[in-house]
Amino acid sequence: MEIPYTVKPRPDTGLYNAKLGIWLFLASEVMLFGGLFSAYILLRVSADLWPHGMVSIPVGTFNTFVLIASSVTVVMSWASLKLGKLSAFKGYMAATILCALGFLGVKSYEYYAKFTHYDVWFKDEATAKKYFTAAYGEKGEEATRKLFVERFHLHNTKATYDANQIQLTGHIEGDPLFTNLKKLASAKKETIQFTPDAPFGTHDHPKPIEVKLSDVQRLSAYVPAHSTYFAIYFTITALHGLHVLGGAIVLGYFLLTADRWWKKSPEQLANRVEVGGLFWHFVDLVWIFLFPIIYLL
Amino acid sequence: MSHDHSHSHGSGEACDHGHAHDDHNSPEYIHKTIKKYLMVGGILFAGTILTVAMYYVHIPSVAATIAVALLIASVKAAFVAGVFMHLSDERKMIYGILLCTVCFLISLMGLTLWAMNDFPFFTLVDGKPF
Repeated sequence: MEIPYTVKPRPDTGLYNAKLGIWLFLASEVMLFGGLFSAYILLRVSADLWPHGMVSIPVGTFNTFVLIASSVTVVMSWASLKLGKLSAFKGYMAATILCALGFLGVKSYEYYAKFTHYDVWFKDEATAKKYFTAAYGEKGEEATRKLFVERFHLHNTKATYDANQIQLTGHIEGDPLFTNLKKLASAKKETIQFTPDAPFGTHDHPKPIEVKLSDVQRLSAYVPAHSTYFAIYFTITALHGLHVLGGAIVLGYFLLTADRWWKKSPEQLANRVEVGGLFWHFVDLVWIFLFPIIYLL
Repeated sequence: MSHDHSHSHGSGEACDHGHAHDDHNSPEYIHKTIKKYLMVGGILFAGTILTVAMYYVHIPSVAATIAVALLIASVKAAFVAGVFMHLSDERKMIYGILLCTVCFLISLMGLTLWAMNDFPFFTLVDGKPF
């Protein structure tokens, strides 16, 4: 069966069919991400504390540049086809896919850094104080704890100091992924070597300290179960990442089958690339909003 | 801005002509759009730098901080949608679809915000009836 209107516009819509199809699909995508954005707003506004400065701004900025560059290259690949330059199309499309893989690589690195970064909550205030002093010294303890609280506020305007909410953050020896108290207990561990983070805004890494697991109330990596913040962070960015992956696969398919389609129907190839590009620009557009919301605000 | 792209010109045959898009397919037109694409790419890079720079500028009001960040993002998004996605020059049907989408999106956001302080009867907040 021949699919109609792959090249010529359908008289009643004025569009070739795939273009109408992709726009209807993008409309549904707007609702999908819109639902998650509204969930984010609701969770954040309702939260007493909302972490701030948990993700690296330079890394996020770099990834934003990568995605913008890929949007330029994908539209250039389409324009190259329109000008009849197949090899230029291939070059731009390959660059787009490289950008997509670069974005995913950086995102994976960010995820890995989160999955090996831990928060430890202690059983009571006195125990917490003991470990904070061991990590940051008698003088540094109070200031460090205040700094950790302040990071939870945009502009630090309403920072409140509640000792019971302080957790020690850092890395467990050997950088295990996704470990928790249950897993450590079943591995018959009684203590862990814990390297606390440098106080927020500094690079003064304390020496590793020994933490008794019997003193620990909760231990969690920065995984979705850690907090509402990480739950919505991973949900939105992972869904976006899947879109990048899906887009890269489709665009990669266009690249690999380009020669065949170029012989068969260059106009249809250009239209396919335009439709794939529209999806790609949408993925970029979502990131344009995600970047300030997650990294900066 | 929006062209009607009516198919009544030329031979008068609705489907059977190949030059409805001639103005959009000519090498001159494509070369012009390429310049536009590169310019928009530059604007998007600059917009990203501006967004990050604004992070280091301390605006006392949290609401203003959020408004500035979202405003820059909206301008960037408008350039992506308008130029890269060709929305500045599209068919009426797509504008119709997007108008519906905007209405649904506003309703979705509105309903969420509306529900923010909407608790069931007998909800206790800090041990007291809300």
